[in-house]
Amino acid sequence: MTNNGRPRTLFEKVWDAHIVREQSDDSPAVLYIDLHLVHEVTSPQAFSMLRERGLQVRRPDQTIGTMDHSTPTTPRNELGIIPVADAMAAKQLDTFTKNCSDYGIPMYALGDEHQGIVHVIGPEKGLTQPGMTIVCGDSHTSTHGAFGALAFGIGTSEVGHVLATQTLLQNKPRTMAVNVDGRLGEGVTAKDIILAIISRIGIGGGTGHVFEYRGEAIRGLSMEGRMTVCNMSIEGGARAGMVAPDDTTFEYIRGRRHAPSGADWDAAIASWRALPSDDGAVFDKEITLRADELIPMITYGTNPGMGMPIDSAVPTPENETDFNKKIALDKALAYMDLRPGQKLLGKAIDVVFIGSCTNSRISDLRQAAEFIQGRKVADSVRMMVVPGSQQVKKQAESEGLDLIFREAGAEWREAGCSMCIAMNGDQLQPGQYAVSTSNRNFEGRQGKGGRTFLASPLTAAASAVAGAVTDPRVMLAGLS
Amino acid sequence: MEKLKHIQGSIVSIPVNDIDTDQIIPARFLKVTDKDGLGKAAFCDWRYQEDGETPNPDFVLNKPEYQGASVLIAGNNFGCGSSREHAPWALLGAGFKAVISTEFADIFRNNSLKNGLLPIVVDAETQQQLFSLAEEDPSTTVSVNVEAQTLTLPDGREVGFPLDGFSKYCLLNGVDQLGYLLALDDAVQSFEADNPQRVATKA
Repeated sequence: MTNNGRPRTLFEKVWDAHIVREQSDDSPAVLYIDLHLVHEVTSPQAFSMLRERGLQVRRPDQTIGTMDHSTPTTPRNELGIIPVADAMAAKQLDTFTKNCSDYGIPMYALGDEHQGIVHVIGPEKGLTQPGMTIVCGDSHTSTHGAFGALAFGIGTSEVGHVLATQTLLQNKPRTMAVNVDGRLGEGVTAKDIILAIISRIGIGGGTGHVFEYRGEAIRGLSMEGRMTVCNMSIEGGARAGMVAPDDTTFEYIRGRRHAPSGADWDAAIASWRALPSDDGAVFDKEITLRADELIPMITYGTNPGMGMPIDSAVPTPENETDFNKKIALDKALAYMDLRPGQKLLGKAIDVVFIGSCTNSRISDLRQAAEFIQGRKVADSVRMMVVPGSQQVKKQAESEGLDLIFREAGAEWREAGCSMCIAMNGDQLQPGQYAVSTSNRNFEGRQGKGGRTFLASPLTAAASAVAGAVTDPRVMLAGLS
Repeated sequence: MEKLKHIQGSIVSIPVNDIDTDQIIPARFLKVTDKDGLGKAAFCDWRYQEDGETPNPDFVLNKPEYQGASVLIAGNNFGCGSSREHAPWALLGAGFKAVISTEFADIFRNNSLKNGLLPIVVDAETQQQLFSLAEEDPSTTVSVNVEAQTLTLPDGREVGFPLDGFSKYCLLNGVDQLGYLLALDDAVQSFEADNPQRVATKA
C-alpha cells in the first residue's frame, strides 16, 4: 500500500488512517481514537472535569474500564470477595465504579472474572487489533503495539479529551526501526531482547520516536513475547512500539470475545495484511541487534537503561567519560548498595516478583512454573506470583500451575499490577533486593528503599530457587 | 488554566539526569481522586527522612536559601517513566512555574503544557551555567517571556526555546485544548461516517 506512490511505514499507515484534521503550523494533528482503556488511578480527575463542564462520554462503546493499580492481590474471603483494607484505595475504586456506571462505560470490577491489568485484558478479550489507535492513561499502553496498533500512554487531561471527543491532539512522532536479527538461544527470552535494546540506546534514546521492532527474532516471538518487548518501549523513551501483524497475530486474535467473525473476519484479515511497512519505507533512525549474541539480561541500577548481560560486572563510574552519566551511576550504585566491578551473579536476594503488564501472561507463568517444578524457593526468598488477569489466573489453575508454585513455596495471588507499582500494599521493605519481571527499577518504585533487579521470568524463577541472582541457562543445562 | 505570559523567579537546581516521575511523586500518592495537596509530596522520598515527614536538611528544596524558587533546573531527560499527570500537579503545588532541562520525556512535556507548567529546553552549556548560578547564588533569578519564547539569564543573555504554536496560544490565553477539540465535532462525525467502528466494547 502506498500513499501517492510513496512507501510508508506501519506507523505512518495507522497514523494516516486516523487523521481527523491534519497537522499544521498552528496546531497539532487531531487523531481519532478507536479504543480507550481506563483504570481507577488516572481517570477520576478527568471524569470530574466532564461533570464540571456538563460533558458526556462521546463513545462509551469504544471505552472499557478495569481495576488494576490500587487493587489488593490478597486472597478472597469466604464470600468470594477480595477485601480492600486501604480506605483511600477503596474510595478510588468506588469513584471509578460510579464514574463508569454514570457514563455507561463497560467495566471489570475487582474480583470480576474478566478483571485484570489493563494491558493484559485488552489483547485477551480481542479488543486490541491491528491498525487501531489505542490510548490509556498509562505509559505501558505501548504493549498493544505488538498487534500493529498505534498505542500510547496519555495524561489525565488527555483522558478527558478522549472521553469527551474520542480524539487527541498529537504532533507526529519520528520513526525508529529496531532490528533484531538472528535467533534467540536457550534460556534467552523476549524480556532479554528489550532489556538489551534499552541498555544499548539508554532510557531517553527513543524520545520523540515510535519504534518498529523488526527482524527474524521478533518474527519468531509469540504474541505474548512481542507484548513484553513493546511494553517496555516507553523505558527507552518511545511512547509507542509496534510489530507488523502477521499470521502469529491473526491466530492469537481469532475467536476472542471481541474479535471480528464470519465475513468481518475475512475483511479484517485482508486489511491487516496491508499494514506492514512497505519495501523502501524510510525510518528516521535505525539500530540493529543480534539475537544470537544475547544472553539473559539484568539491570543493576535505578533506571531500565542500566542493564547488562547477567554474567557481566557492574560498571565503574570512573570509567564513564560523560560527567552527568558518572554522577548518575554513582548515585545509582549508592542507592543499590553495589560496588563498581561487582558481579551480580550470586548476589543474595530477598524477594522474587513474577507479574506486571510486562510478564504476567500465561506463557510467562508456564515458563516460570516449568522451571520451578520439582524445585523449592530458597528459604530466604519471598516469591510472589501475580497473574495479569483473572482469566490468566483461571487458565493457570486449570493447568495446575498454581500448585507447582505453591508446592515450591511461592505465593499465588489475585490479579493486578501489584508489586510493579507498589500502590496496593505489595511492596519491598527498605533495603531489600528483588529480582522482578516488571518494567521499572526506579528508586522506591517497588517500595520505599527497595532495590530492584529487572529480569525475565526464567531468570526470576532461577534466582528464587538459588536465593541469589542466577543465570537460568546453568540450571536449564542441568549443570547445577 | 491561568494565563502564563511571563515568569520571573528564583532558581533551584537538581542536577540529576533521568529524574523519573516516580521520584517527582511516588506512586503511593496516586490514590487521590482530585489534584489537591500533591505539592507536599513532590520529590517526597528525596525530601523527607525515613518517617516521610521530617525534612531531609541536605536536600536542596529544604534549604532555607532556596525557599520560594519557582524555576527548577534539572538534569537531562526530566520526567521519564510513568504517564502520571500527578507529576506536573505536584510540581505546580510545590510552587514551580517552569522546569529547565536539555530534554523532557514526551508524556511529561505534554502533561505539563496542559497545566501551565512550562518545560524549557536549553542546550547543555546553558544548563551547566544555570546549575552553577543556582549553586553559587541562591538569590539568582531568571525571567521567561512566553510570547517571545525567551529565557533571560542574570547576565542579560537571552536564550530562545522551542514551544509549539498551539501550546503557546493556550498558555498565553489561559485556555485548555479541549475547547478546540469540542469545536471539531462536525469533522469527527464525518470521520466516523467514513470509517466503520473497529471494535465495540459493549458487544
